[in-house]
Amino acid sequence: MPVSFVPSPQELLRFSPEILLTLTATALMLAEALMRPGSRTRLAALAFIALAAAIGLSAVAASDPGPAFSSLLVVDGFSTFFRVLVCAAGMLVVLISSNYLKREGHDSGEYYALVLFSIAGQCLMASANELIMLFIGLECSSIATYVLAGYLRDDRRNNEAALKYFLLGSFAAAFFLYGIAWLWGAAGTTYLSEIRRLLLDPQSGVNATVVSAAAALLLVGLAFKVSAAPFQMWAPDVYQGAPAPVAAFLSVGPKAAAFAMFLRILMTVFVPFRDKWEPVLWAVALATMIIGNFAALWQTNVKRLLAYSSVAHAGYVTVALTAMSDAGAAAAMFYLAAYALMNIGAFAVVTHVAGQGERHVELADLAGLSRRSPAMAAVLSIFLLSLTGVPLTAGFFGKFYIFKAALDSNLVWLAVLGLLNSAVAAYYYLRIIVVMYMQEPSQGLPELPAAAPGVRWALAASVAGTFVLGVAPSLVLDYAMASAPLLR
Amino acid sequence: MDGFYTSHWIVTTLLALPVLGSALVFLVPETRARVVALIVSLLELGLAIPLFWTVSPTATCRVPGILGPLAWGPKVVPLANCTAIPWLPDWGIFYRVGLDGLSLVLVLLAVGLLPLMVLGSWTYIQRRQRTFYAMLLLLTTGVIGVFVAFDLFLFYVFWEMMLIPMYFLIGIWGGERRIYAAVKFFLYTTFGSLLMLVAILVLVHRTWRATGVLSFHYFDLLHTPLTLEQQLWLFAAFALAFAIKVPIVPFHTWLPAAHWQAPTAGSVVLAGVLLKMGVYGLLRFALPYFPDAATHPVVVMVLLGLGVVGVIYGAWVAAVQEDAKRLVAYTSVAHLGYAVVGLFALTTESVQGAVVLMLAHGLSTPMLFFLLGMLYERRHTYRIADYGGLATSLPLWSTALVVAALASVGLPMLNNFVGEFLVLLGAAQARFLYAVLAGTGVILSAVYMLWLVQRAFYGPAPDAVRHHVTDMNGREWALVMPLIVMMVWMGVGPQSFLPPISQQSRQTLEIVLEKPAAQKSAQEVAHAR
Repeated sequence: MPVSFVPSPQELLRFSPEILLTLTATALMLAEALMRPGSRTRLAALAFIALAAAIGLSAVAASDPGPAFSSLLVVDGFSTFFRVLVCAAGMLVVLISSNYLKREGHDSGEYYALVLFSIAGQCLMASANELIMLFIGLECSSIATYVLAGYLRDDRRNNEAALKYFLLGSFAAAFFLYGIAWLWGAAGTTYLSEIRRLLLDPQSGVNATVVSAAAALLLVGLAFKVSAAPFQMWAPDVYQGAPAPVAAFLSVGPKAAAFAMFLRILMTVFVPFRDKWEPVLWAVALATMIIGNFAALWQTNVKRLLAYSSVAHAGYVTVALTAMSDAGAAAAMFYLAAYALMNIGAFAVVTHVAGQGERHVELADLAGLSRRSPAMAAVLSIFLLSLTGVPLTAGFFGKFYIFKAALDSNLVWLAVLGLLNSAVAAYYYLRIIVVMYMQEPSQGLPELPAAAPGVRWALAASVAGTFVLGVAPSLVLDYAMASAPLLR
Repeated sequence: MDGFYTSHWIVTTLLALPVLGSALVFLVPETRARVVALIVSLLELGLAIPLFWTVSPTATCRVPGILGPLAWGPKVVPLANCTAIPWLPDWGIFYRVGLDGLSLVLVLLAVGLLPLMVLGSWTYIQRRQRTFYAMLLLLTTGVIGVFVAFDLFLFYVFWEMMLIPMYFLIGIWGGERRIYAAVKFFLYTTFGSLLMLVAILVLVHRTWRATGVLSFHYFDLLHTPLTLEQQLWLFAAFALAFAIKVPIVPFHTWLPAAHWQAPTAGSVVLAGVLLKMGVYGLLRFALPYFPDAATHPVVVMVLLGLGVVGVIYGAWVAAVQEDAKRLVAYTSVAHLGYAVVGLFALTTESVQGAVVLMLAHGLSTPMLFFLLGMLYERRHTYRIADYGGLATSLPLWSTALVVAALASVGLPMLNNFVGEFLVLLGAAQARFLYAVLAGTGVILSAVYMLWLVQRAFYGPAPDAVRHHVTDMNGREWALVMPLIVMMVWMGVGPQSFLPPISQQSRQTLEIVLEKPAAQKSAQEVAHAR
């Protein structure tokens, strides 16, 4: 391939979602300086439109799939799936953030700019075809989220969350980078498909020990980003401390993109090392599910509970990765889509109910919510039942496909233990429903104001999505099934 | 409407109507919800009753063929009112419903109890009436769905779906320890059903490997070649899920808690229908799918043993309960122990008896719960020690209770007798010892029931309440009379409803008992080669 430093129009089109997001983010920062403080709602609208446009551009780019920029990027069904997913998640987060920021008195364009930068990084993570590009995407996404986690800079919980996230996150990124270096040392290239070719070729003389070490280092970085055990410790602290909409974002966007990376590295590069990966992933998946679910049992803070639940869900997706099959990859993709809907929905309700300054995030504060706000309680119940995996919700089909994929790959024990884990999970999700429906409201809780239109729209979209995917999962799954084989 | 009762539309309507009703109750004022629920439930019952005559136990039905990558031609299955509408066709998942003799009687039982449950909750439920009736109707859809689904995926969906309304019924409208009971109920059932889900997936996978057909169709999975070891594992997973539901001792501990705390209608639907799902599942899935495992001597011994233990232990524990509802709950354990003995004695009579017993138990136990619910509305207690003197203060109610108690004990000419007799008859042919042991349960049941009657009816009544209670009113009679009529009918004229059941039992047993012989001969053939 002739190397050209002038991008062709085709390449620009394939990279257009990232370009649009970055430009809009920059524009938001500039616009904020020029606007009067009162009229900043428009910034949220701008961010929302930019994300919608990015989805549109991803779809347009997908009509002409192929590599870009000397194959540093690749636009295929897989990357399009995740681009659309993270942008859609971003739209929901923007909807619930707008009112939150106003409530907390920190409405500014900076927030939306950071969200857009982060999503641009995540789109890059989904479409990168080369290790350095992956790393750039990862850093772009992470650095923006470090700032977001501490966005309310006067709030001590925010500061703590941001600091922890930053320190542990950069540590993990260093591991990841070190892994890239080793892999480059062993294979002499950073292109994923090249590395795969070398590893499959017995004559290439690639040192298997060095590659294994590199794989281990990469796994540390990836496991951290998806909050898989034993690198999940940051998640509860960060989700609890960060502003609620940011926690919603963290639990979905960066996680989905990190899983996209994980899938791409695993399925493209390390398939020849399948036998070595499988036991490791098996153990990681099981440990993640068990730690997430059992730790969640004891939580009294709803945000922290949802954080542990999101650790457990990372475990379920890791089960799908362990299957190392097309069906497994498709199941993981479907699950992440389903999870995005129900988890953002759940956090949206928490954001609303928490009230100013997030003072009401304890489980006890939800007591009798079905009386104080029947709609909120009903909607949260739907999300929780979907997280539990009750039929006719998106979460059920997510689990169904994952465990079906695991069984098809002969991971019977992992499937059994995973499903038993979701029985454990049922307990803590039910606890929230119990508190909302079966206990009387405690005294001294303020009246709940009516939900802002943004929150309402986000909830309506998530509920609709949860049910649509719960009844007609083929809408998403067929696409995932078609694009999963492209990874190889 | 041409062919309404010969197509799947009647079944689909029975499934859809309660869902529609549960939406309707939210459109009317709080106090009108019960009226809407009653109308919907009577409509449902009216629609369902003709099925008793239109569904022939020997009916066959052509399942339409499917186009596409997994194409198969039309196929004839022994069902009435069947259909196959693609849901997730790539995965072999279809909306497949149908009716056979066993489904039919259980659907009629579920639908028949529905209006009674609404009447039984008429004044009992004071808070959040709309939500209550919506839940009750949704629950009915789930329950009917379990009985009519002939796609394992669909079956699982309905199986899980009925959990949620039941959970809310216990958790919101139950007694003091309702939350404990509701959560325990949910977790036990979920635990079992998740294992069943794994087993379903493995079974489907095996069938796909063996035949190249990826299908969740009940009949496609029926003759999957499995080794004995695989059968035993899968049977264990299925049987555990159903054993929790039946409940078979030692998986029964959720039941007393749930019954004790549930509101009357909740207890009624639990005893009347939900417990039947366990026996139904064993008979429909666990036995015919894994015949070698189900006839394995150790498995049979364990399950018969647990059944007998259930009969005796249930009766024993029932006798010493201080709470009337818990007492009745334990009688359920005992009665369903009989059903388990009947199933695993594996004779035509005993399996028939198990089904009949299920139906009979679905009439007499709900009646007991209804009567206790009425008493609770008057005396605000379920403690037997607080009763006393009811024979004088509530003579009509007391008469009804005696009828229900005698039926529960198994008095000839009443419903339970037929079932118990068939079970013991069949079991005695095959497993004499177990039959004798189970037979002692009849005596024990007389002990606990008559003792309850004695403690409740005689002795001094607390003065404060004696003059303030009124006997049963018209609504309550309307509730009890159909049950009494049905109970007498079942006791006096069993031949009128036995044909669909015996046909079903025979078919299942043919599959279960034929299979080992066939496989053995195949092995011998292989050996000879």
